[in-house]
Parts: sequence; C-alpha cells; structure tokens
Amino acid sequence: MSGFNKVVGSYEEAMTGLTDGMTIIAGGFGLCGIPENLIKEIKRKGTKNLTVVSNNCGTTDHGLGVLLLERQIKKMVASYVGENANFEAQMMAGELDVELTPQGTLAEKIRAGGAGIPAFYTATGFGTPVAEGKEVREFNGRKYILEEAVTGDFALVKAWKADTYGNLVFRKTARNFNPMVATAGKITVVEVEEIVQPGELDPDEIHTPGIYVNRLIQGSFEKTIEQRTIRSNQ
Amino acid sequence: MALSREQLAQRVAKELKDGYYVNLGIGIPTLVANYVPEGIEVMLQSENGLLGMGQFPTEDEIDADLINAGKQTVTMATGASIFNSADSFAMIRGGHVDLTVLGAFEVDSQGSIASYMIPGKLIKGMGGAMDLVAGADNIIVTMTHASKHGVSKLLSECTLPLTGKGCIKKVLTDLAFIEIKAGKFHLLERAPGVSVEEIIKLTAGELVVPEHVPEMQF
Repeated sequence: MSGFNKVVGSYEEAMTGLTDGMTIIAGGFGLCGIPENLIKEIKRKGTKNLTVVSNNCGTTDHGLGVLLLERQIKKMVASYVGENANFEAQMMAGELDVELTPQGTLAEKIRAGGAGIPAFYTATGFGTPVAEGKEVREFNGRKYILEEAVTGDFALVKAWKADTYGNLVFRKTARNFNPMVATAGKITVVEVEEIVQPGELDPDEIHTPGIYVNRLIQGSFEKTIEQRTIRSNQ
Repeated sequence: MALSREQLAQRVAKELKDGYYVNLGIGIPTLVANYVPEGIEVMLQSENGLLGMGQFPTEDEIDADLINAGKQTVTMATGASIFNSADSFAMIRGGHVDLTVLGAFEVDSQGSIASYMIPGKLIKGMGGAMDLVAGADNIIVTMTHASKHGVSKLLSECTLPLTGKGCIKKVLTDLAFIEIKAGKFHLLERAPGVSVEEIIKLTAGELVVPEHVPEMQF
C-alpha cells in the first residue's frame, strides 16, 4: 500500500486486526448491498463476542445470519430481524443481547458517529419502549428523546465501483446504509465489484469520498434475493 | 360485509391526491399502489432509499440491487431517485412525505399505535414504523377491526408496546373508517352492509357515532 492506494490483496488482509469483543457496523438492507464476503471472512476467522450494528441480521443462512449460526455475535443492534429463525430463538433463550432501534434513528446514529456528533434529539420513539432510560427534552411544544451516536472498531461496506483511492459509487438500492457506515469505522473496509484507476470516476458522481476508506478489495457476489417478485410478461 | 384486503386498499386510495409523495407499509398498504385513481400522479417512497417505486419487474428486469422496503424486487418509475438511508429518513422525519399508510395490531383513542411487538411471542422489530408515525402528519392505519376471536383492536389504551404515542388520526378497518379526535374515536363511514351496532360492539374505546353514518363508496 502506498500513498492513497487502499487496495489490499486478500480478504484475510482486509479483516486483519479484528479481535474478540469488537464492534462492527455493517451496511445493507435485508440481503441487498451487504458486504457478504467480509462477513464470510469473519466466519472463517471465528472471531467471537462481537457487537454488530446493522439494519437487519441477514437470513438464517445468508449475510450476518451465518455469524449467528456460529454464535459469534454477542449483541445485535438492528431495526428489523424478522427473517431469521435463529435470531428469535437465541434472543428468547437470552443468549443474544438485542437493541431494537428504529431504522431512521439507526441511520442517524451511524451518520452522527461518523460526523463527530455525540448525540441528537429525535421525536422517533418518544413514549415507546425505545425511550426507556433516555433523556427527554421539549422543543417548541413537542417531546424528543436523546439518542447517542455509534461508531465501530470496523465498518464493513459494500459498494459497486471504487477507484484505488477508495472513492465509492453505489448502485441502486444497494446504497442504503453503506454511505453512513463508511464514515463510522475506526477501520473502514470496503468490498466492490470493480476497481478502476483514480480519475476514471467522475468526481461529481462519487457518493462516498475515499477519505473514509481504509481498505478496499474487489470480490464476486452472490447477491441473494429475499423476495423474488415478478409481474407477468405482458 | 367486512371489507376485503383489496377493498381496504381501494378505500385508502381515495385519499390520494395529485402530486402526493406516499409511503406504503408492508401488507395491505402495498396494495394501495394498484388503485391510484385515474388522472392523478403519486410517487411512492420506499424507506430503503427509493423515491418513485415502480411495479414489480418482469423476469428479465429482475435486479438484486433494486428492492423495496419489503425486500421485494421492484423497478423504478420514470423520474425516480435513489438515496441513502439517512436521507430517506430525513424525508420521513422532516415531514416531507404527504401520506403514510401502515398496519397495526392496536390503536387507541389517544392516537397511540402498537404495531411491532407482541412480548414473548413476536420479535421482529419496528423497522421504519416508529420514524414514520413520528414524522408524518397524515397517516392512515389499516387493520382488521377485531381479532378472529372478536377482540377489539380499537382500545381506550393500547396493551402492547407502543410504536408511537398520540400520532394517529385516521384508522381504516375492515368495518369502518374512523377519525381520532380529542381522545375519542369518531365513526365517519361504515363498510357496505355493516351495521353501526356491529361497529359499536367491536370498538372497545369510546366511539362517537353521528346520527347518519354513510356507507363507504369505492
């Protein structure tokens, strides 16, 4: 690695430094735009007692779900965990700590973490179980709760294209949480479908500037579809 | 007769106005997209980061990178835009979405809604529902009026963990269209062939019934 070149040679190298008990923030919505190969590398490494922050926890055998199968996750922070039988079982058995977080609050917690904002007020969750133990403050006659930012030891991102400097372009709704996640890691690792040379991406088209990216790797992706819905060919 | 899922969607669709940006929740709300009245344009917001959601793709159009908030494969309508989750919820929490339609387990006469969790039973999470109910002013909740066993879902106080407090003003059930005002349910319309007595019987919270309750028109 030299200068601004963020490209690493292997998935093993991409996840070097991940140790038991660390916090990981991962992009993706359902199985769309998930850093699937980085997750598989964590499975291979066998790192344990992880705190994972991500909108969902994969399905039973895809995405972050594989880390649940191996019981590598100690705590999960997510907004929706409905598609995973193991999740429910481990949570009910008290083996898995879960912090259900509203989706917009989760996105903002990660965004704030990456932007150096320690906490923010939001109306979301006021008067619900989410507000328990949180400061309430009134602004202009409405009540808001204080939500704290999150950051991760590692941030795992899936983008479509990158240049070697780590400038990122996402594709369609695979963007989702990835741009915020990219900003919120002590070490941000990005996997992409294609890496090009600096100058080949139009600066106006870059969604995430390379300053947030520490390691970059090109991979091939399964891109599992959760709900394959089609209309007839008329 | 209680309304079918399609009829619920049809009745909600009558509340759509030209130029509306609309967020439709999973389930019955999704069906509303099939009944947009002729001559008006609406744009559907999907909270995973898509404004201008189109119809389901053909086999050839399927793209794993293009899904809706229900994780279904979709297409983009002409003039669609894509954005990240923080921007998506800025739209929602900033009050920029004109109409939100979502389902619920219970609603109470204070306008509180429970929709995401049945303790000891169902653990799925709130997804974007808490943000949607806190951020939107114009919300329609669609649900069945009572459980299969005849237990009312329109209560004086929700029994399940809340999704939002004091934020719901309109509820469309399979029996009635109801407005929530000043701590009471107000009966606006009844489903065709459903009697006011039946609605009263199946509404646990305080219900204000005007002298004349019109049948819903489709």
